Amino acid sequence: MKLTDDEKSMLDGNEGKAVGKAMELLVKYGEALGAGRFVDTNNVTLLSGLFMYPEVVKNTVKNFEMDEIASKFFLDSDETVHVDKIKAFTTNHIFTVNNAYWKNIQRRSHTLARLAVMTEAYCRAIGVNNTATCSPYIAGNLPVKGQHCAWTESSAIPFANAVIGARTNIEGCHSAFASALTGKTPYWGMHIEENRYGNLIVDVETDPGNMFEWGLLGYYVAGVCGLKIPIYRDIRRPPTMSMLMPFDAAGGSSGSIIMYHIVGVTPEAATLEAATGNRNVTDRIRYGKKERSEAYRKLNRSKSDKVDIVFLGCPHYSIESIANVARLIDGKAVNVNTQLYVTTNRQTKVLADLGGYTETIAKAGGLLLADTCGLEFNHDPSAVIATDSPKQAHYYPGKCGVENALYGQIEECIDAAVSGKWKGELR
Amino acid sequence: MKTLTLKGRKVVDGTAEGEALVTKDAWAAFMAIDVDTGVVTEAGHELRGKSVAGKILVFPRSKGSSGWSMGAQALRFAGHAPLAMVVSEIHAQSALGAVVMRVPTVTDLDMDPTEVIHTGDWVKVDAGKGIVEITRK
Repeated sequence: MKLTDDEKSMLDGNEGKAVGKAMELLVKYGEALGAGRFVDTNNVTLLSGLFMYPEVVKNTVKNFEMDEIASKFFLDSDETVHVDKIKAFTTNHIFTVNNAYWKNIQRRSHTLARLAVMTEAYCRAIGVNNTATCSPYIAGNLPVKGQHCAWTESSAIPFANAVIGARTNIEGCHSAFASALTGKTPYWGMHIEENRYGNLIVDVETDPGNMFEWGLLGYYVAGVCGLKIPIYRDIRRPPTMSMLMPFDAAGGSSGSIIMYHIVGVTPEAATLEAATGNRNVTDRIRYGKKERSEAYRKLNRSKSDKVDIVFLGCPHYSIESIANVARLIDGKAVNVNTQLYVTTNRQTKVLADLGGYTETIAKAGGLLLADTCGLEFNHDPSAVIATDSPKQAHYYPGKCGVENALYGQIEECIDAAVSGKWKGELR
Repeated sequence: MKTLTLKGRKVVDGTAEGEALVTKDAWAAFMAIDVDTGVVTEAGHELRGKSVAGKILVFPRSKGSSGWSMGAQALRFAGHAPLAMVVSEIHAQSALGAVVMRVPTVTDLDMDPTEVIHTGDWVKVDAGKGIVEITRK
């Protein structure tokens, strides 16, 4: 890679050992990608707290010292380095568990809870804004069109690229941390205009129009499009933000859609020609009845209709969706054999508290909680979990060992929470 | 013994040889694998129930969570990483994952590795030279 003087200086350790290690990692990563140079970034989202493997951390860093943990697990550095302050504006993802609920509700280990507290304190000390969310764009990190970012979270990245028009690749824990320290990210992939054009046309014959349908569309297309950039056309009802959230999450679950275009909706797709960059795109797929059924079938694996848990809020719910849940559950009671959880971020939770939604959900027997995710509960593997999130339905078997997942409309999920039975179907 | 040689480019330097584990499905290294064993856990995945540990892992492309590199690194710390990776198309997840997994990795080969390599073949990877040598089982 061709390095500028300031990049060489960072690599040589002139800004301290930690920055040097961060630059070293970024150079290795850039070369692995085949990038020629770096681009400056002042907008990063970290995966700093998502310790999926507390036992691995415990076995690797015996004394549990935070500088050593950060060096090994955030920077991939064998040498322990101390981070003073980060350089770029940076927000972060969840710390895995909620401090109040990790033990009795989430049933996670003390090791994990301890790591969560340590990481939050560490992030605060080095200047990371602890948004603790998978939906940073509703929690204080909203980039603008054309802005070079280094984002993590497979559901937020397509939102940044496609919906906002910002530019980011799918960064990981290590590369994003290094970008936060250096203000640099490889100039590759989505940072380059010509790589952002669509190269697969999706003829949408079954118009989506709600969160559930957008989720199915994203899940189907991601499973068949490889690394192509889909162009969705013939969308008759423009989506809302709340509809695009599960759509983006689905696209990063069954596949790896980090950029797409919706003709007439997203900022780089005013027309089909704008979306293709005036290129002749011959690769086409259709999304109709058959494709919609296939996505539904893959997301509905449960043989039992007795629902133990209803999980909503993945990605972290918007205030619009929380208000919707409160309206649907108001005056009803969650079934004695069923649990209802709704997740969002800290910022939106404050709005929900102020709006009385948290209380309405609690009165019905449900729980609205921040800082965590349905995939971060230690679920009984025999449980049946219903969700309105295609991402959760996709990951429950592989991540939590829960084979019985159900995906449906928000109304069907609330109905299941109240009756304890799944009556959802593809209409 | 029939051998076949593919030529591509280095992602992460190093040499390794071992038995191939090949999938045509995109591979997720996070929330889709058990790091304590290296066994793939993703529902519906071609490799579900099989371990990537100590194999030459051949897959078309990465997918799924941006936690990919965390999973890749955790596999190394837990001692269940593959010996090397041969990837048809590299992108950010698999590139960063290969760096922190610290295993020889190659991509951009002159033939699709998921077509020409079969599970059980003996594969030698010389990532620096971009060479993958396949001996049929």
